[in-house]
Amino acid sequence: MTGPAGVGDPTEGVVPPIKRPMPRPDTVSKKYWAAAAEGRLLFQECPKCGNRQLYPRGVCMACGETPEWREASGRGTVHTFTIIRQNYAQPFRGMLPYVVAMVELDEGPRLMSNVTDCAVEDVTVGMAVQAHFEPLDDAVGLPLFRPA
Amino acid sequence: MDSTDHHVQALQRVLEDSGVRKADIDGYMTVHADAFMGAVQFAEYLGINHRYVDGTMTGGSSFEFLVQHGATAIKDGLADTILITYGSDQLSRMGRMLGTGGFHRPGVKVPGPMQFEAPYGNSLVGAYAMAAQRHMHEFGTTSEQLAEIAVAVRGHAQLNPNAMYRDPITVDDVVNSRMIADPLHKLDCCVISDGGGAVLMTTAERARDLRQPPVYVLGAAGGETHWNISQMPNFTQTAAAQAGPEAFARAGVTPDDIDTIQFYDSFTITVLLLLEDLGFCKKGEGGEFVEGGTLKLGGELPLNTDGGGLSSCHPGMRGIFLLIEAARQLRGQGGEAQVPDAKLALACGSGGWLSCMGAVVLGSEHP
Repeated sequence: MTGPAGVGDPTEGVVPPIKRPMPRPDTVSKKYWAAAAEGRLLFQECPKCGNRQLYPRGVCMACGETPEWREASGRGTVHTFTIIRQNYAQPFRGMLPYVVAMVELDEGPRLMSNVTDCAVEDVTVGMAVQAHFEPLDDAVGLPLFRPA
Repeated sequence: MDSTDHHVQALQRVLEDSGVRKADIDGYMTVHADAFMGAVQFAEYLGINHRYVDGTMTGGSSFEFLVQHGATAIKDGLADTILITYGSDQLSRMGRMLGTGGFHRPGVKVPGPMQFEAPYGNSLVGAYAMAAQRHMHEFGTTSEQLAEIAVAVRGHAQLNPNAMYRDPITVDDVVNSRMIADPLHKLDCCVISDGGGAVLMTTAERARDLRQPPVYVLGAAGGETHWNISQMPNFTQTAAAQAGPEAFARAGVTPDDIDTIQFYDSFTITVLLLLEDLGFCKKGEGGEFVEGGTLKLGGELPLNTDGGGLSSCHPGMRGIFLLIEAARQLRGQGGEAQVPDAKLALACGSGGWLSCMGAVVLGSEHP
């Protein structure tokens, strides 16, 4: 990406892609992020007590057992949300206003995400949403949601 | 002044105020946002030869947790006289970036639990806003009701010459101020400042001989529900619902007995949740409870008589100021902001993102 040669400021109009802060996958979360890179949303379920949870971690929050992976339908509802209208950090500054929401999956667990593909004013608590995925790199996809 | 200077000034002022000799201090407690082994570092710098040390970091509620620990330590004879100091130069050093400055640089790889939130661009204000949004959804709480909290606290700031913002404001001013993260407006948010403070804890016996009337720790308790906001189990209930009853039971009092509350008002919603969780009103009725001047001087339950974080100062972890203002009230030294005949005060700190709550019941009379 370069500007037109010899015309004014060579950097004018050149917007380098500013990436979102990236997750640094760990021994457990790498599976979650890799699945999202393939368009699949995972959550965890405990084989012993049945507790379902997100974010994924190495232990069942309820009983201490090692949880197992399950694939979610990607359907959920907005449990709560906010419209971010001020954030000085890029790339978010360039995305204002945008919605940060807690999405409750039909399977139970909640995760933080963005609700995209609609006007921010149209987002409501309880609205039905469906997951989609933004690849951040080969090993990491980001689960996002849009109105179902 | 940098943050170390604030610790020093607080130490010097507390020695002068109390009449305690520095050599008599045998316990030290502090938390510092960015000092490794902070309590150890500052004990060295201040020259505290401690036999008891505590640096329990629960964010803004740290000082309420430290008082809980300090009271137990003194009771058990682990220390006789414990110094707590706090200092922060957050505004001078970082500007007003805490709330919406972004937690992470673009493209940076974020480890740990925050990896599940950082990519979505939430702000600190946004975390509290999600609790406010859910409260409005479940209980019909309004922005105007939240604004009552900011208005009450600003009224008290007008009586504090050291408060950062002292111009009177109305409910309309709050709800018409710029939206930062829906449904929280600019005036629903605390200020960002520098600041510092100190508290001395000692036995009731020793306290009798000091320059200031003693204030007694009657009961303290704390609890945690989460760290990251995405892990908050119930967006309309904090750990104060657990800590409050425990602190009241230890003190042998009820919410009805409390003369003034000093609550961590990082945002208006923080106060609303604490009022409900601590039992001053039922869950969901906080909005109605704060209407009609309940929290103003002269009202039923004066809140943050120093002007609070919403108007006076918020250097990042303002839990120590809740204790200091409670002590001022219980000593009858509140000046124009004095709550008449204040005998019992409740200080409740909030740390993290509504994560970690510490409640301390303080009284002017020996239990």
